[in-house]
Amino acid sequence: MTDELPKTDAVAGDSQPTGGEPLLRIENVAKRFGTFRAVDGVSLDIKAGEFFALLGPSGCGKTTLLRMLAGFEAPDEGRILLGGKDIAQALPHERPINMMFQNYALFPHLSVRDNIAFGLKRAGMGRADIATRVAEMIALVKLEGLEKRKPDQLSGGQRQRVALARALARRPQLLLLDEPLAALDKKLRESTQGELMELQRRLGMTFIIVTHDQEEAMTMADRIGVMNAGKLVQVAGPRELYEAPRSRWIAEFVGDINLFDAESKLRDGHRLVVGTRDAGTLVVAEPRQPVGESRFSVAIRPEKIKLSRRGPVSEAGREAAINRLDGVIADICYLGGTTTYKVKLDSGGLVQASVANSARLDVDAYSLNQHVVAWFTPDDCVVLPS
Amino acid sequence: MRQFSRLSRFNVASLALGLAFLYLPILILVIYSFNASRLVTVWGGWSLRWYHEFFADSAMIEASWMSLRVATTSATIATLLGTLAAVALSRGERFRGRTLFSGMLYAPLVMPEVITGLSLLLLFVALNAERGFWTVTIAHTTLTMCFVAVVVQSRLGSLDRSLEEAAMDLGCAPVRAFLSVTLPLIAPAIVAGWMLAFTLSLDDLVIASFTTGPGSATLPIRIYSEVRLGVKPEINAISTLVIALIAVVIVIASLASKLSSSQGESAAPL
Repeated sequence: MTDELPKTDAVAGDSQPTGGEPLLRIENVAKRFGTFRAVDGVSLDIKAGEFFALLGPSGCGKTTLLRMLAGFEAPDEGRILLGGKDIAQALPHERPINMMFQNYALFPHLSVRDNIAFGLKRAGMGRADIATRVAEMIALVKLEGLEKRKPDQLSGGQRQRVALARALARRPQLLLLDEPLAALDKKLRESTQGELMELQRRLGMTFIIVTHDQEEAMTMADRIGVMNAGKLVQVAGPRELYEAPRSRWIAEFVGDINLFDAESKLRDGHRLVVGTRDAGTLVVAEPRQPVGESRFSVAIRPEKIKLSRRGPVSEAGREAAINRLDGVIADICYLGGTTTYKVKLDSGGLVQASVANSARLDVDAYSLNQHVVAWFTPDDCVVLPS
Repeated sequence: MRQFSRLSRFNVASLALGLAFLYLPILILVIYSFNASRLVTVWGGWSLRWYHEFFADSAMIEASWMSLRVATTSATIATLLGTLAAVALSRGERFRGRTLFSGMLYAPLVMPEVITGLSLLLLFVALNAERGFWTVTIAHTTLTMCFVAVVVQSRLGSLDRSLEEAAMDLGCAPVRAFLSVTLPLIAPAIVAGWMLAFTLSLDDLVIASFTTGPGSATLPIRIYSEVRLGVKPEINAISTLVIALIAVVIVIASLASKLSSSQGESAAPL
C-alpha cells in the first residue's frame, strides 16, 4: 500500500530511512515562549512503523513538541531529522507529515468528501485518482453514505473519523495525533482506540500521539515518552514504564503507587533490608542501579499487595511474604472489577491495596476496621531515588 | 394558560408599537411620494408626477449618480483596506503597539463627523487637492473602513486558528491557506462590511459637504439644499427610490451570505 505513496512534497521522495536508521530523530530540541521553557532539550528517536505516545500532564510541553514536528512552531535549538533531512525550519506544507487536530479542525464550509480531498488537490493529484483515494479513505474509516454531509451535520465520533481520514489521505510518512480521542465519551473512546491500533498496523504507518490519559497511552502505544516540565523523563514500553518507573514522579504519574521513604539500609546478598518510618522494615530486591548513599523510596503498586486475615498459609507463601504488615481496613472503594482497600498500618502508615473481585458473592470481602495482614514479595518492590 | 395568552398579546402590542415607531414615518413618506398635490401636506390623489419630475431634474440625477459612484468606490476600497487591517490585527504576530494600533483603527467610530470632515478638509486644502469626486470618496473610505474592520475582525476572532493550520498541514502555503479556508469563511462578514460601508457613504451629509467641491454635490447635499428652500414633493419620490435601493441591496446581500454558507464548496476558490 505504501509503495503508491505520492511523491508530493519536497522533503518526501527518496528520503526513506534505510536499515537501522530511525524515521524521525529529534536532537536536543528546545522551545522558549518568553522566559518559559516549554520544551527543554528533548532528544528522541522514532522508528518507522512505530506507534509512539507522548504522555504528560497539561503544560508539560508535549503539544509544543508535536507542533514543532508539524511545523507550526520552529524550535529555538536542536534539529528535527526526518529520514535524515533536517526539517526543523521547514514550513508545514513542505513536510510529508500530517496532523490530526484535537478539535479536528474540519473545514465547516466543505463536505466530508471535500474535506478529505483537500490535501490531495493541493498535492496535484488527478481528479480520478482523488476520487479513488477519497472513496478508499471513506471505506477505511467507515463513513459510507455521509460523503455529502457538512461537518456540522455529523456526530462527534463521525467528525473524528473525517479528521482521521483527511490526515491519512496524503499517506504521510508520519501521522501526528493531538489528543485525538479527548472529545469522545468513554465507550466510544475505547472502541476507537482499538480501531486506531488496527489501522496503524494495517497501514504500517508511523503514529505519534499526544495524550494526558495514561491508560490510552498504555493501551495503544508500542513505546511511551513521558514528559514533565519540558523534559522527556522516560521512554519505555508500557510494561516497563509501569513496573520499572525511573523516578518517583513517573511512578506517581503513571498509575497508583504506595511509597515508603527509606531511613536506613543493609545489604543482604541480593537483597536490601530497608528501614522505613511508615512500614517498618522491608526487604526488597536490590535494584540494577545501585542506590549508593542517596536518599530513596520503596514503591509498590496496590495490586501487588495481597491481603488476608491471618497472612499467607503455606510455607512457600510465608517465604515469599517476608514483607508482612499488620493493620486495619480504613477505607473501602468498590470499583466493580476490583476493590481498593486503604489499610491503616499498626506502624502508622497507610497502604493502598487493590484486590480483584474474582467471586461474585462477597465471601472474600473485608469490612471496615477489620484486622488484616498486607504482604508482598521483595521482587514486587521498586527502589526509586527521591 | 390565561397568563400565557396575556403575555403574548402584550408582546404583539409592543412589537406593533415598535415597528410603527420605526416605520410609520417612512411609510407616510412613501405614500406622499405618490401624492398628486403640489403641497406636501395635502393629499390630492395618486400620481407618479413627482417621479417624472425627478427623472427630468438633471441636477438631481447627476447628484444621485455621484452618490452611487462615491458609495460604490469608497465601499470597495474600505472593504479591501478594512479586511486587510482586520487580518493583520487578528492574525499577525503580536507586535509592539498592537493595542494602540487597534484602538486607533476604531477611533473614527466615535469621532464626531464634523471633526472628521473638518480635518479632512484641512488636509485636502494643505495638499492643494482639487475637491470633488475623489476627495469625497477618500473621505468616505476613511469613515467606513473602521466599520468594515470591526465586522471582519469579530468574524475572524470567532474563527478557529487551527483551521488555517490544518490547511497548511494539508499542503497549503500560508497565503493559499488564507484564500482557500479563511476567506470563504469570513466572506459573509466581508459582504456585510461592504454593505455597511455603502449605506453609510450613501447616507453621509456632513463629511461630504466638507470635502466636496463646486459642481460635484452628492444626493444628500442636493436634497438638503433643496429642502432649505422649502420641501418639494419631488424629495419624497427621491427618498422612496433611495429606500427601495437600500432594501434591494440588503435583500441581495443576505441571500448571498446565506448561499455562501450553505454552498461553501463553490465559494472556495480551490
